[in-house]
Amino acid sequence: MLEVQDVHTHYGHIEALKGVTLEVRRGEIVTIIGANGAGKTTLLMTICGDPRASAGRIRLDGEDITHLPTWEIVRRGVAHAPEGRRIFPRMTVLENLKMGATVNGEQWFEEDVEQVFALFPRLKERLHQRGGTLSGGEQQMLAIGRALMARPRLLLLDEPSLGLAPNLVQQIFRAIVEINRSRGLTILLVEQNAFQALRIAHRGYVLATGEVVLQGTGRELLANPEVRAAYLEGGH
Amino acid sequence: MLYFLQQLINGLTLGMMYGLIAIGYSMVYGIIGMINFAHGEIYMIGAFISIIAFLLLGVLGVTWIPLALLLVLLIAMAFTAAYGWTVERLAYRPLRGSFRLAPLISAIGMSIFLQNYVQLLQGANVKAVPPIITGGWILAEQDGFAVRISNVQIMIILLTLVLMAIFSWIIANTPLGRAQRACEQDLKMAALCGVNVDRTISLTFVMGAALAAVAGLMATLYYGVVDFFIGFLAGIKAFTAAVLGGIGSIPGAMLGGLLLGLVEAFWSGYFTTEYKDVAAFSILVIVLIFLPTGLLGKPEIEKV
Ligand SMILES: Nc1ncnc2c1ncn2[C@@H]1O[C@H](COP(=O)(O)OP(=O)(O)OP(=O)(O)O)[C@@H](O)[C@H]1O
Ligand SMILES: [Mg+2]
Repeated sequence: MLEVQDVHTHYGHIEALKGVTLEVRRGEIVTIIGANGAGKTTLLMTICGDPRASAGRIRLDGEDITHLPTWEIVRRGVAHAPEGRRIFPRMTVLENLKMGATVNGEQWFEEDVEQVFALFPRLKERLHQRGGTLSGGEQQMLAIGRALMARPRLLLLDEPSLGLAPNLVQQIFRAIVEINRSRGLTILLVEQNAFQALRIAHRGYVLATGEVVLQGTGRELLANPEVRAAYLEGGH
Repeated sequence: MLYFLQQLINGLTLGMMYGLIAIGYSMVYGIIGMINFAHGEIYMIGAFISIIAFLLLGVLGVTWIPLALLLVLLIAMAFTAAYGWTVERLAYRPLRGSFRLAPLISAIGMSIFLQNYVQLLQGANVKAVPPIITGGWILAEQDGFAVRISNVQIMIILLTLVLMAIFSWIIANTPLGRAQRACEQDLKMAALCGVNVDRTISLTFVMGAALAAVAGLMATLYYGVVDFFIGFLAGIKAFTAAVLGGIGSIPGAMLGGLLLGLVEAFWSGYFTTEYKDVAAFSILVIVLIFLPTGLLGKPEIEKV
């Protein structure tokens, strides 16, 4: 479904991605783990065309999307719950969800919003509260809910568990698995919480300073001594 | 007291026009963080297009005033909006993503260009328009002093209120308005939601220009004279109004416009007309120093 081929991304003179190649197949949860500054966020943003890849190819279901404007990529079915959540602070929860449905002209709004509420009942109680005043966990739920409103083919999640209490982390991971199982939605998940991420992922990639250094199934990576040493120490 | 009332009416009239122009500054600033210095010239072009439209309708024999006014309003809004769109397209869009000062410099260049363009096409002399809306009302009279409100003033105040209502409704309730607010709050995230950011920015310029065109038409009717240079002062004053109200805030732009109009009217009424512009610019300086976010500006302390 998604093919990233030898993608390089620059910020000015800094090369944040140095030829990343990876693939996400339909129905998979694929996770990308790596230390701070490895280029995980850059990779997800590059898939969305902002920043633009300076070299390499990105294909979505065979179509080359490397040079499309961000909104065109999004309209082809890529939804992103980005790093920092980026909730529209002066819009209500409801309006934020409507923004998520921009790509389909809100044509399935009522139906989709109920599904989001089923996943995150908390959002229903906060419907008319401003996004900027939600708690961190509520914002994270809203960010995922907003992405789902697009009815995407591919969902990009950037550290959805960041800064959340353990029980909320569990809830978010359960939601991710649930979305993947029940709707067959393909998910590319970036996580610091490598243990949790690898447990739910079909496959994973380890990114270090802009390069893929390891890849394998979730299970293989969990068992890999290098991964254990670098990312799972003191985890669980 | 009656004198006060008269200044209030004059100030409100003036303030409505400033407010309409100020919205264009504020919206554009809100979305792309740039001060569109050519916006005053867009207002000036709106005034010229109004005059041309009146002349044309006169030639065509449309003489029933309400119909002529409505047509001129629509023509001025449409053509001026096209200018606003073109300016963005030619002078600002290619510079997006460039260094911060680039579009600002381009805007100043555009402003000078548009002044010269109109001066070349229309000549440098002042164009006078015969009074089109005449008459008025005496609201109160005492000791030989009458408080008057002219029909032009009534038209200006009512039309502004109607446009503001429509405009606020669009921003609050339509997908376009929501996309504009999304762009204003987080441009990248708006794109990640599938908003065509370029188109939304274009439409913002179009809307701002259309409102400035209405102000241009109002000025034509109110003052009866127009020249290629009127955009300069009106532009700076509307910019002051936008800053006073809190740049980026649309209700703020309207409020700032009204306050500025009132200050100017009262200053002229009670002190001297000679320094009324100084009063306006003193406000700009004072606000920038003591209240940089303006009256309704948003404090940047939300957790994102
Ligand atoms: N806008 C930017 N301008 C310049 N450099 C940037 C920018 N964004 C990221 N970088 C640099 O690119 C590299 C990769 O950053 P990125 O945000 O992709 O890392 P990450 O893997 O998501 O890290 P984290 O786990 O901390 O979120 C870092 O060295 C970072 O400093
Ligand atoms: Mg990151």
